[in-house]
Amino acid sequence: MSESIVRALKCRECGQEYPIEPTHVCEFCFGPLEVVYDYEKLEGKLTRELIESRPQNMWRYKELLPIDGEPKVGTNNGFTPLIRADRLAEALGVKELYIKNDSVCYPTLSFKDRVVAVALSKAVEFGFETVACASTGNLAGSVAANATAAGLKSYVFIPEDLEQGKVLGAAIFGTNIIGIKGQYDDVNRLCSEVAGKYGWAFVNVNVRPFYAEGSKSMGYEIMEQLGWKAPKHVVVPMASGSLCTKIDKSIKEFIKLGLIEDNGTAVYGAQATGCSPISKSVKDGTDMIHPVKADTIAKSLAIGNPADGFYANRVIRESGGWCEDVTDAEVIAAMKLLAETEGIFAETAGGVTLGSAIKLIESGKLPKDESIVLCITGNGLKTQEAVVNEVAKPRVIGASLKEFDVLAEADGVASH
Amino acid sequence: MTVAVRIPTPLRKLTGGADEVNIEGATIGELIDNLEAVHPGMKERLCDEHGEIRRFVNVYLNDEDVRFLDGSKTAVKEGDEVSIVPAIAGGK
Repeated sequence: MSESIVRALKCRECGQEYPIEPTHVCEFCFGPLEVVYDYEKLEGKLTRELIESRPQNMWRYKELLPIDGEPKVGTNNGFTPLIRADRLAEALGVKELYIKNDSVCYPTLSFKDRVVAVALSKAVEFGFETVACASTGNLAGSVAANATAAGLKSYVFIPEDLEQGKVLGAAIFGTNIIGIKGQYDDVNRLCSEVAGKYGWAFVNVNVRPFYAEGSKSMGYEIMEQLGWKAPKHVVVPMASGSLCTKIDKSIKEFIKLGLIEDNGTAVYGAQATGCSPISKSVKDGTDMIHPVKADTIAKSLAIGNPADGFYANRVIRESGGWCEDVTDAEVIAAMKLLAETEGIFAETAGGVTLGSAIKLIESGKLPKDESIVLCITGNGLKTQEAVVNEVAKPRVIGASLKEFDVLAEADGVASH
Repeated sequence: MTVAVRIPTPLRKLTGGADEVNIEGATIGELIDNLEAVHPGMKERLCDEHGEIRRFVNVYLNDEDVRFLDGSKTAVKEGDEVSIVPAIAGGK
């Protein structure tokens, strides 16, 4: 089964179709382009058994990812654990809670390794030698690592004030790392101009339609790992809003292909209050997204003008979901709660997701007796600044059993 | 009133290459209709079949997005500057 089922690039606004090329904007109405597939070609061919027989990485679903033949980059990426989070569930008073743990995604510890694997595989197919991105941190690291492993040159553009772990997590791979004096939205605008002028494959500009499809693998894995079932509720952090729309698309595709039953999954969006244009629009009952200036410790989600905001809003409302947003203090508290109950150290976006889920549960939007999946998208070691002063420092004693005995007694622990 | 309307690169083939045209009109909607009269084909690029400004086209009146003013009913006065800018469909 090597024939690709990709049909075309299609404008999400006016429906105009275009051939498969490194382009992302409709020439007629300037809307964004999306990859469309002839799913009927897979009928009876893409079965649960076939998928289960494949290696444990994101490409076990390769027919639904927009590449030709075999992937060229990131062949081991993806397929992260789905954890049944019973201690966290107990703390929140819910019955059935799961964590999709992309904080350990191979190779750079964020879900970006999924979208980058697709984008760079496609870039190689198109003949590009230099790849690039605008990033709030994780994307830069993923592009840098996956590009160098594939022998590609790369330029990554970030706001100059990102967390040290994010900067190091890109720079170590030898990429050209460019810090821009400004917010992410300024970086993104510049990159649109650079993309036009330098002829590089910008993963989130000219190859964005292919790049975005990689996020679907997170949804596919969730469903396969739940035993070929979609959860009733899934909570997704939102920066551009793209991940929300692709989780929803992944579920609809599996239903269409008969791989799962329709479980009426509701999609919920999570944002930081200091940058919550999509959440605000959903709560206000409108589809108009008002751009904001971001101000939040969740720098990975600090996109004031989200490109997929309108579409995320629509997915959330049509699926029967909702949005919540959380303060910096709530983000930190949630990061600690996740770590202390489940042993998972997520970055600030993980705190946003769990913190928002807590609010959704408290308000009754998320029912306590149905299955809930939280999407954790990146690793806590990359955003240490957020929690480094919020955790207990080691209690320091001499190498003396007597000194430890004093400490243990104060802790109320008995010796033999 | 006459207003200067800045034309983005992708639409300049409809204006014979001009990057700015002077158009009469009392509202943004009138400007678009009059722009269409002088340069046919413009309106369908800017507005959908319901006459609404397309989601990924931004129209700025003196640097303010008219979407957050009064849409196509936004009033314009002599000497105003209107810019048509395709929305950047990028983002992380």
